[in-house]
Amino acid sequence: MSTVVQQRSTGRVLGLWRTAWLVVEAHWMWYRRHWHSNLFSSGLHPLLFLAAMGLGFGSQVRPSAATGGVDYLNFVAPSLLLLGVVFTAVSESSYPVLSGFKWQQHYIAMIATPMRPGCIVLGLVQWMSLRLLLAGAVYTVIATFFGAWLNAGAIFVMFVGVLTGLACATPVMALASVTYDEGNRFTLIMRLVVIPMTLFAGTFFPVDSIPLGVRWLTWISPLWHGTELARGVTLGGLDVLPFLGHLAYLLALLLTGGALATRGFARRLVN
Amino acid sequence: MTEGGVSQPLVSGKALVKRFGDFEAVRGIDIEVNQGEAFGFLGPNGAGKSSTMRMIACVSPRSDGDLRVLGMDPDIDGPRIRARIGVCPQQDNLDTELTVRENLQVYGRFFGLSRAQVREKAVELMEFAQLSDRANAEVESLSGGMKRRLTIARSLVNDPELLLLDEPTTGLDPQARHLLWDRLFRLKQRGVTLIITTHYMDEAEQLCDRLVVMDGGRIVAEGSPSALISRYSSREVLELRFAPGEQAGHEAKVEGLAERVEVLPDRLLLYTANGEAALEQVTARGVRPVSSLVRRSTLEDVFLRLTGRTLVD
Repeated sequence: MSTVVQQRSTGRVLGLWRTAWLVVEAHWMWYRRHWHSNLFSSGLHPLLFLAAMGLGFGSQVRPSAATGGVDYLNFVAPSLLLLGVVFTAVSESSYPVLSGFKWQQHYIAMIATPMRPGCIVLGLVQWMSLRLLLAGAVYTVIATFFGAWLNAGAIFVMFVGVLTGLACATPVMALASVTYDEGNRFTLIMRLVVIPMTLFAGTFFPVDSIPLGVRWLTWISPLWHGTELARGVTLGGLDVLPFLGHLAYLLALLLTGGALATRGFARRLVN
Repeated sequence: MTEGGVSQPLVSGKALVKRFGDFEAVRGIDIEVNQGEAFGFLGPNGAGKSSTMRMIACVSPRSDGDLRVLGMDPDIDGPRIRARIGVCPQQDNLDTELTVRENLQVYGRFFGLSRAQVREKAVELMEFAQLSDRANAEVESLSGGMKRRLTIARSLVNDPELLLLDEPTTGLDPQARHLLWDRLFRLKQRGVTLIITTHYMDEAEQLCDRLVVMDGGRIVAEGSPSALISRYSSREVLELRFAPGEQAGHEAKVEGLAERVEVLPDRLLLYTANGEAALEQVTARGVRPVSSLVRRSTLEDVFLRLTGRTLVD
């Protein structure tokens, strides 16, 4: 007869934030070996835009009331940071999240541990924040050498970038959690939502020149709210109330998306 | 789990039901798994084995009935139960872009283990899974058998009191299966309670102390492999193989030579205590099969008897 006394399991349940942080840790494990390609696309990509638009195209634009009286380079530097993070946020929240359910099944592996669906979503949001912050920082530092910033408000723009990125990311995560096909809808979202958004959100030119009939497209666009915040701080001229309004809109989008994603993850993983 | 010398079952389910919309995947089953036992769910695809496993793994709330795992209710204490069990899913869900070692470490951290603990544990588990020499290889580069062993190793990272293995060797070649069985057998010897689903009768016979045969969401028989065989089958089976379609014509000729005769698409199965003696009589009656074989009864025969169908189509 066996006399082996079975050892009790060493596993235990940690709190929400500590558990969520483990998701960040898991992603970091991967990222530290694959960072070059990622940082290139998410941090350096908007810099190409900055070079082409800010320096190239910008050389043809005279500072005027339309550019807030500053060089075009200074006008687009903050909005191009946002453009970059929004692209990164949306693409990282679509196929990679779907893969966690469908192809690589990371989330199915995670749910077999003490981890709860809400922890996974929170961890993904935290990881996304760090990546967007890093991408924004790389952009900000290099853009400084271009002379793209007028003041230290650039640092604030990085954080607006994180907020704007997350406001776009969590709704897409929620959508990914209810996507069961191959995810073709993400390509459509990129083409029909994200790219048009960059044209109507005041990224390249002031929204005053957009006809009133389609101005609502601007108003619902998180990119515009972020751009207003970012420009308001770097170029000035944003009152407290609009400032708070833009902030509130982005936060509301982030939280609604987060709540929907949590529900979507819970239904898909525990059923 | 032993309190006052009396050991309570690790898993106990009563009238357990799982419904997905109108479809009833599990239709009121009673199960009890005791500490140190290797318990099996045997049945064809769609029998309700995986649905039952998911309920035990606390990732699928029961639709009806009662369930206790480690004495707790999965609906209330899911994460606490999951912290103390190990799950090896049917489909490997390793992180293919991480190395063998990293997979084990990351997963261990999810169970609240410290960095030092997971470092140590990873080394031990790679040894166990015979993957030490592949420690720093990305999982992508591993063979199917190696991935499977790593998935099982990963499920042991928290020293689980209960290990759930869903179709552990499906899709593996014979050599890889035997290696895996050897590892599972070692776990059993160490006193880990195992719950295994399989549609391979040889796997069930090799690994399970006790099993239930499931079909259509119900338990149709329960017992040890040998008890099930002696209850539902004969000691030996004589297989007579014919050209496809001709077997049915010979059924009448072998009548009375065996306790029971099953007609399969290309052969007759004669259930009898003495296969060789039956074969002599068959030959004496002038029946000339293409080939014949005398073998021991297996769980496959039990399943055929209970459901009228074979396990693997």
